[in-house]
Amino acid sequence: MSQAKKLRLGWFSFTCCEDSTIMFTELMNEHFFEWKKLIDFRHARVLKAKNTLDELDVAFVEGAIASDIQAEKLKEIRSKSKKLIAIGSCAVTGFPSAQRNLFPPEMKAEIQHILDQFHHAEKIRRLDEIVPVDAIVPGCPMDTDKFLKLLNQLLIEFDITPITSPLTTNG
Amino acid sequence: MHNQSFDLSLKEISKIEGTAGIDVKVTDGKVEDVKLKLTDYRRFYTNAVRGKPVNAVPQLVARICGTCSNAHLLASLKAIELGLNITPSPQTQLMRRLLTNGLMIRDHGLHLYVFALPDVLGKDSILDFDEANPHEHQLLHDTFTVKQAGNQLSVAFGGRSVHAPYPTIGGFTHFPSNQDIKISIKQLEEARPAALFLIKVFTNCSFNQEDKTLYVSLTHDHYDFLDGLVTTSTSLKISPSEARPHLNRIDIPYSQGASYTWDNQAFMVGALSRINLAKTKLHPSTQRDAASALNFFPSTNIFHNNLAQAIEILHCLDDSLDILRSQTFSPEPLAQSSQAEGQGTGIIEAPRGLLYHAYDIKDRLVTKAEIIVPTGQNQLSMEKNARQVVEKNLDQEKEIIALELEKCIRAYDPCISCATHFLKIRWL
Repeated sequence: MSQAKKLRLGWFSFTCCEDSTIMFTELMNEHFFEWKKLIDFRHARVLKAKNTLDELDVAFVEGAIASDIQAEKLKEIRSKSKKLIAIGSCAVTGFPSAQRNLFPPEMKAEIQHILDQFHHAEKIRRLDEIVPVDAIVPGCPMDTDKFLKLLNQLLIEFDITPITSPLTTNG
Repeated sequence: MHNQSFDLSLKEISKIEGTAGIDVKVTDGKVEDVKLKLTDYRRFYTNAVRGKPVNAVPQLVARICGTCSNAHLLASLKAIELGLNITPSPQTQLMRRLLTNGLMIRDHGLHLYVFALPDVLGKDSILDFDEANPHEHQLLHDTFTVKQAGNQLSVAFGGRSVHAPYPTIGGFTHFPSNQDIKISIKQLEEARPAALFLIKVFTNCSFNQEDKTLYVSLTHDHYDFLDGLVTTSTSLKISPSEARPHLNRIDIPYSQGASYTWDNQAFMVGALSRINLAKTKLHPSTQRDAASALNFFPSTNIFHNNLAQAIEILHCLDDSLDILRSQTFSPEPLAQSSQAEGQGTGIIEAPRGLLYHAYDIKDRLVTKAEIIVPTGQNQLSMEKNARQVVEKNLDQEKEIIALELEKCIRAYDPCISCATHFLKIRWL
């Protein structure tokens, strides 16, 4: 069997509820066998233990950025990815994970010792406050139809066969 | 290797929900320290809901967790309805039961097929399953048949399998069409042989980690995830509103998730606890077709949490098929009350165990909220058993110890997103 070129993909989660990761695994109910032929899952902690962060075609990133450590990790992912896509509401807008940014002073005071103890950043930020973002898939969880369309565009852009199965979901 | 000294640091345990790590310190062949760290950053939901209208709260707290969002939604609705004396209709209760069954099938399916099964087959990932091998080929196809059946059931009754938009205070805003129900029946029927095969796979799995610990779950006159009495393996049976004093919060300085004891001891919640305490209440068809697997219970093997989840998938298929074949669902108005203040405690069984939501309500605004999640309750048990795994495997290479640790933690099906929603309690 010939080794066809595959899309080198990474899936990363920062501060969020990982709902888009779950939608991603639900999309696999329909698309797993097709994706397996087209996609090289380089880094996806939800799917595998042995992950590699090297040259990626596309990094899908969900979640907001809550600390300097996360910001550095995001910059590393950006530097190794040709395209970086913000996935879901927290990555795109910061919220709801960024809700502490809006807390009144007395509520902020209640949580300050936790922020200090675990080295949280002063504010929670969305991805494009830290790195350039090439495209977004908004929604809480992500809009799966928009995700499938974008994935198909990326497959075409990187000279890989596009998906042929229907690009809509009922969930 | 018996008298070795080494440090082992697993920064990100894979194939779980959220981020957790383990640090191990061994000196001269003696385990000095095993620290389980839940490392997701806290998002302060119980602070954020204060002052918000009750109608907005269930959908907001659902965002604590992606995978079991619908459990948070239902626990929150239950607490608010109890607090405001709103009695949901029998149809609403049935629809919530189906929504929960869909959640269990999908969520257990994700854990068992995608997270736990690679350990059983000695593979790194479901992506490595060999389609030319009939056994692996079957399991791979079953993965998506089972998950899809659960997903579809949640979509039919909740509008989505994650952050379901239709359930609300007092009932539902949308109702399933006959076509939705027809599709669900077909997919649930197709998933049944797969569930039976999955039970067989986990029955034959020899993984063992014994812990004669305390098991806690809701029990009722039928196998119920949404209602019943809080029950322990030491025969305590209390109403949900009496449970809170038994739960003692312990803050672990190195973990972003709060942990809990039950009457000052580590304990376990989840599918293993539920089957241990209520296996005779399972659907009759499940009891018949999973009889040999059910002989293992009550069990003190932590890894039987996987087998218990597989049995629960079968139960949820059988229970849902019974209901869908015999009931019709028609639009009805939301149950309401004129009461604007009160206190409500909602305890339900989430996929990973007992989920506690409690609110104080005034002028239909939440003034105080407390949420206790299953992974917080299991945290001390996980750490205790992780330590034993290291002790049992001291003669092994570090790589093997790391793998055995991951397998043990994974058996609990922990959800770190849930555990780091953060709750701030004011001790008065």
